[in-house]
Amino acid sequence: MANEVCLRTLDLERPWLLEQYQSRGGYEMLKKVLTEKTPPDQIIEEVKKSGLRGRGGAGFPTGLKWSFITRNAPGQKYVVCNSDEGEPGTFKDRDILRYNPHQLIEGMVLAGYAIGATRGYNYIRGEFWEPYERFEQALEEAREAGYLGENLLGSGFDFELHAHLGAGAYICGEETALLESIEGKKGQPRYKPPFPAHFGLYGCPTIINNTESLASIPMILEKGGEWFSDIGVKNSGGSKLFSISGNINNPGVFEIPMGTPFSQLLEMAGGMKDGRQIKAVIPGGSSAPVIPGDQMMELTMDYDAIAGAGSMLGSGAVVVLDDTNCMVKVLDRMSYFYHEESCGQCTPCREGTGWLYRVVHRIETGQGRQEDLDLLDDVAGKISGKTICALGDAAAMPVQGMLRHFRDEFQYHIDHKRCMVGAG
Amino acid sequence: MTDSTVTIEVDGRELQAKPGTMLIEVTDAAGITVPRFCYHKKLSISANCRMCLVEVEKVPKPLPACATPVTDGMKVFTRSPRALAAQKGTMEFLLINHPLDCPICDQGGECELQDVAMGYGSDVSRYAEGKRVVADKNIGPLIATDMTRCIHCTRCVRFGQEIAGIREMGATGRGEHMTIGTYIERSIDSELSGNIIDLCPVGALTSKPFRFSARAWELTQVEGIAPHDSVGSNINLHLRGNKVMRVHPRDNESLNESWISDRDRYSYEGLYADDRLTAPMIKKDGEWQETSWEMALEMAAAGLREIEADQIGALVSPSSTLEELYLAQKLMRGLGSNHIDSRLRQGDFRQDDAGSGISWLGMKVADLETLNSVLVVGGNLRKEQPILGHRLRKAALAGAGVNFLNPCSIELNYSAKQKVVGPAEIVDALAAVAKASGAKGEGATAELIQSASADDDAKAVAEALKKGGKAAVILGAMAQSHPDYALLVGLASAAAEATGAILSIVPVASNSVGAQLAGAVPTLEAGGKAAANSGLDMMKLLKMPRKGYLLMGVEPGLDFWDGALSVNALQSADTVVALTAYRSPQLESCADILLPMGVFAETAGTYVNGEGGWQSSRGVVKPQGQARPGWKILRVLGNLLDVEGFEYIDADQVKEELRALCNDDLPPNQGGNLSGKPARQLIGEGLLRGGDTPLYSIDPLVRRAAALQQTLDAGNPAVRLHPAEAEKLGLNGSDLALVKQNGYQANLPLQLDESLPEGCAWISTGLAETASLGQPFGEVTVEKA
Amino acid sequence: MSTTVAKDVNELFNPEVRSEIDRWIAKYPPEWKQSAVMAALRIVQDDNGGWLTTELMNDVAAYLDMPAIAVYEVATFYSMYELKPVGKHKICVCTNVSCMISKADNIVEHLEKRLGISFGEVTEDGRYSLKEVECLGACGGAPMMQIGQQYYENLTPEIVDAILEGLE
Ligand SMILES: Cc1cc2nc3c(=O)[nH]c(=O)nc-3n(C[C@H](O)[C@H](O)[C@H](O)COP(=O)(O)O)c2cc1C
Ligand code: SF4
Ligand code: FES
Repeated sequence: MANEVCLRTLDLERPWLLEQYQSRGGYEMLKKVLTEKTPPDQIIEEVKKSGLRGRGGAGFPTGLKWSFITRNAPGQKYVVCNSDEGEPGTFKDRDILRYNPHQLIEGMVLAGYAIGATRGYNYIRGEFWEPYERFEQALEEAREAGYLGENLLGSGFDFELHAHLGAGAYICGEETALLESIEGKKGQPRYKPPFPAHFGLYGCPTIINNTESLASIPMILEKGGEWFSDIGVKNSGGSKLFSISGNINNPGVFEIPMGTPFSQLLEMAGGMKDGRQIKAVIPGGSSAPVIPGDQMMELTMDYDAIAGAGSMLGSGAVVVLDDTNCMVKVLDRMSYFYHEESCGQCTPCREGTGWLYRVVHRIETGQGRQEDLDLLDDVAGKISGKTICALGDAAAMPVQGMLRHFRDEFQYHIDHKRCMVGAG
Repeated sequence: MTDSTVTIEVDGRELQAKPGTMLIEVTDAAGITVPRFCYHKKLSISANCRMCLVEVEKVPKPLPACATPVTDGMKVFTRSPRALAAQKGTMEFLLINHPLDCPICDQGGECELQDVAMGYGSDVSRYAEGKRVVADKNIGPLIATDMTRCIHCTRCVRFGQEIAGIREMGATGRGEHMTIGTYIERSIDSELSGNIIDLCPVGALTSKPFRFSARAWELTQVEGIAPHDSVGSNINLHLRGNKVMRVHPRDNESLNESWISDRDRYSYEGLYADDRLTAPMIKKDGEWQETSWEMALEMAAAGLREIEADQIGALVSPSSTLEELYLAQKLMRGLGSNHIDSRLRQGDFRQDDAGSGISWLGMKVADLETLNSVLVVGGNLRKEQPILGHRLRKAALAGAGVNFLNPCSIELNYSAKQKVVGPAEIVDALAAVAKASGAKGEGATAELIQSASADDDAKAVAEALKKGGKAAVILGAMAQSHPDYALLVGLASAAAEATGAILSIVPVASNSVGAQLAGAVPTLEAGGKAAANSGLDMMKLLKMPRKGYLLMGVEPGLDFWDGALSVNALQSADTVVALTAYRSPQLESCADILLPMGVFAETAGTYVNGEGGWQSSRGVVKPQGQARPGWKILRVLGNLLDVEGFEYIDADQVKEELRALCNDDLPPNQGGNLSGKPARQLIGEGLLRGGDTPLYSIDPLVRRAAALQQTLDAGNPAVRLHPAEAEKLGLNGSDLALVKQNGYQANLPLQLDESLPEGCAWISTGLAETASLGQPFGEVTVEKA
Repeated sequence: MSTTVAKDVNELFNPEVRSEIDRWIAKYPPEWKQSAVMAALRIVQDDNGGWLTTELMNDVAAYLDMPAIAVYEVATFYSMYELKPVGKHKICVCTNVSCMISKADNIVEHLEKRLGISFGEVTEDGRYSLKEVECLGACGGAPMMQIGQQYYENLTPEIVDAILEGLE
């Protein structure tokens, strides 16, 4: 049951070409919808039925999000795809862009049809030059074949789609920062409400979805919402792309059913490198609180199971850490990241992420003080839930997670001014 | 709950509000204090400081009161343990990188951060890391920066974008490295820039002229009225002892909202200019010497007494107080002369005979922003009267179509259509609009309209005025100083009438309307009623020099339409008595007796603003040296000259006497009916001069405000030509040019300016360097110096 | 009335750069030219040997009809814009968590030794500069780096040597 949705064409020689995508039935769904003039509500209903939850990290039900758009309201509406792929540990959308760009395009056109939008943008992170070129090439092919542009296949429905390139800013993965960025501004998140469904790109109603969410749409419509939902488990419909990396033998992207045991995923990824012990796993990108290895081995890969363990499935980026890793050093690096990537507009995140980083760094370099552990917890608590966007929470969660599960390593650093790992 | 209100509960109090109103507006109105830094009622909501977090029942996270719309039944706690914890958390974050240098900070004592910190901050900082330090950049003569103190509320950035209409400040960099500023070293050039000082909640942006001169708690605050334009912005003056230390805006929604122009903020510096006149002086054998008040007044009275009434003229500043204006005309008329004028920057008075009445804004100041369609003729509101410019910009942003018809192109901070024509052709262009409007006109204007050809531009403007809803035709300062102003008023009036637009004549000075009501114009008596016998207007008084003059608050050369003529005429008089706050070479060359008077905050008095509103203020500091308030000087003069009715006890009494003569409302502006041929006074043959009066050259006080004179808006004493024109005149490569006008001349720097029409030489008035030339619009020659 | 004659917008940049920027402008609604600012900055940066001068930013502002400060804000916000000269080959090494635990340190150390520079520096001959970057979304190939537009994954010091030798 692997590679059935977004990576279903991966076995082809050059799956990014239109002709190859079509050889697997690509664009058939779009043709069908356009010729049969499927009622848009029916499409949204199907997506709701599929149990698809946003693959960008927050896991918000996609069908529900689409239904917030007042389709018949006059004026421009937009479909925006989030290919910013910035969450550390995540590298799945890159594969969709490189190997299956047409399925994303088809998904975006269908999304536009469903919500009554005639324009779309795909926001691709600036470093993804090669995937960007692939995507541009696919757009070209699709335009030529009449899947993009005016009056698609004579249906009277128009849809134009463009790529927008980022330029290096994690925060632009946050949906409203991304919109600001397309508008030619700094990527500073907007305060919500209003939500993009009402006030989005250029002030118009907009849906924003992750690359994987949108690329899943054609298969969901082709095989039915129920089919998709049945692949997964309760509350976690479908299959999902997991980016697994770290101290393992065969890192990579795996499209597997939701609810697959982590141990099985680890096995697919070749198991632990050099036969080392699994120490910890970050199960959903670097903002997800860490889970100790033994506990992780008992979990399945779905929203509820991971949440039950005090973490989150996030973007499905799984970072596996073996017992040679110092957790203080790991947190030091992660805290540095959030401090560097804070957009700077709201006080708790701008000031707090730097404070967190400096205290963790102090501990890592042997300058820690006893009161620092409580201080870290306190500062993290003062950031989370008080910021404009979730980056504040994303910065606080790893700290809280590490202190929860590996407090002794931090204590050791403070007491001995050195690392416990390898200290015997 | 009705449809239009919801009921919420805040800290146990029930409050009503319009649905969708932000919570902080509701708590503010109810007097419940929620701390805030980024929120400001006049700016967009950014919700970035997170200081206003409050607890809302059933919501797991604290919410920012500034960005949370109220909904019915909402239960809010602004001081619950959770709310306070969130607010304290923010405070702690704000302070970790804030230098705690309050003792040396100019904001000390009036710092929002300091105030809130008292209530929320914990005194011991747990932050043991080094604090952020930000390198400062010089942003010009008006605003001092200390960006290390900045708390990134972005009020200043939003002000630039939303109110000033030019983005000069920004937030560069990201995260902790985000810096508020200009990024590159450059000056902030908005004419409203000083408002960011008030907006800044900390001491990052402070007043440069004020810097380190006083501590907030040493200052007393008194109310005042700004003296430089027809808005009459409400201000607070901050005094230490007998000195005005700085000026801040005082909120008045119907006039200046929360803002004041830089001119009104910084002109107080002119009070302390080196050339203040501090004692009465008389000229004896060509030498100036100090004397006593008795002596000076006695001599003034004697000098005037000797001259027959018809040979005396009074030229008074339209920035004088209403009381001064009223007493000056009462004195003149008491002596038997109707020769008084305050319209010093106007050159064409033909409409006086045509029954044109009182000219004024024609509407409320606040109404400007409700206009849907506007034609501004000969005006640059933004750089004439910044608050009016701001109101007009608001109209434009709300969708109004704004058209300009000017002899030069102007820099705008919103989109509008500009038609730039030569100084003489502005009459034809306006006639074309009138024609396209279907106006007939009367007398001279009728003929102009008939012979005009309504081109596409004119048709578009006329069409816009007609179908625009609420429309106005506005005559600005350049129109009013045009040699064919009478024709422009007539045409504008005809066009306005035909399109249903309001005719608006922007009063050029703070008391231009007051001067008319006071009778300080030759055609109107006190109360603004037509005078039985008209006196001579300002130009006639200069062209047919009198033997005696009474001057009040004016500087020959600089404050007159025709600078050179004013100096010549006044020099030739037998007796010139000048009430003045300043000495200046030109004044000293003309006058015989100088009587030191107080200005601005030194004098109690009333200003009638452009919309006809009367506003009075007290004298809040003593006039310097022996200077006295103008109304008192005039009172004594009146007594000495045996004029009846000069027994006043205070300024208020003077005002009330005049008030009793005035109607409550001003009648709409009139075009007047010019009979006879359309005598064009400005005919476009050779090179024509065009000239504005720069923002900071408008009156003696602001001309002496040192910091303002260092800004870009300070006048540019040059002759500007289109490059093609310069080439035609063989001036390529010259830096200096010799300008000749009516037999006068000046050597001026030459500048090329592509935005000017060819055939036009632009030379500003009101500047020392150009004071030796004549009228702002007229024939000139420009040659190699 | 300004006395300095503004640059003619149509004379800014060379024709290739202009037409490339125009291609991006065309992607957005006509009243949103500003949306092309990120692309424009990237294009002029590439054309200028990899970094942006204040003058170039001003030109972009003029071309897109934006306030200059708004362009500075963008150029200083995104990490891929360089405000100081960089090497002909800008080597960006990821040191974020997946790469870190896959021994990115070794790669950094090797590069520093071989090139004689640290992060943020340019070799004397101007050929290389070294930059530490955050996760580039290629953790499956950790440790990794980017040079120019190209990703290089599964690095070892030997592979790094081979890559550098293969560069022009
Ligand atoms: C700091 C931050 C970074 C994010 N980065 C990404 C990202 O790189 N890619 C992504 O798809 N979503 C990202 N998100 C989530 C988006 O805001 C948004 O929820 C998502 O694009 C919605 O699409 P979905 O519903 O299909 O998941 C990020 C959120 C935050 C707060
Ligand atoms: S939480 Fe951080 S990234 Fe998000 S808006 Fe606030 S400062 Fe910006
Ligand atoms: S005042 Fe509400 S967040 Fe700043």
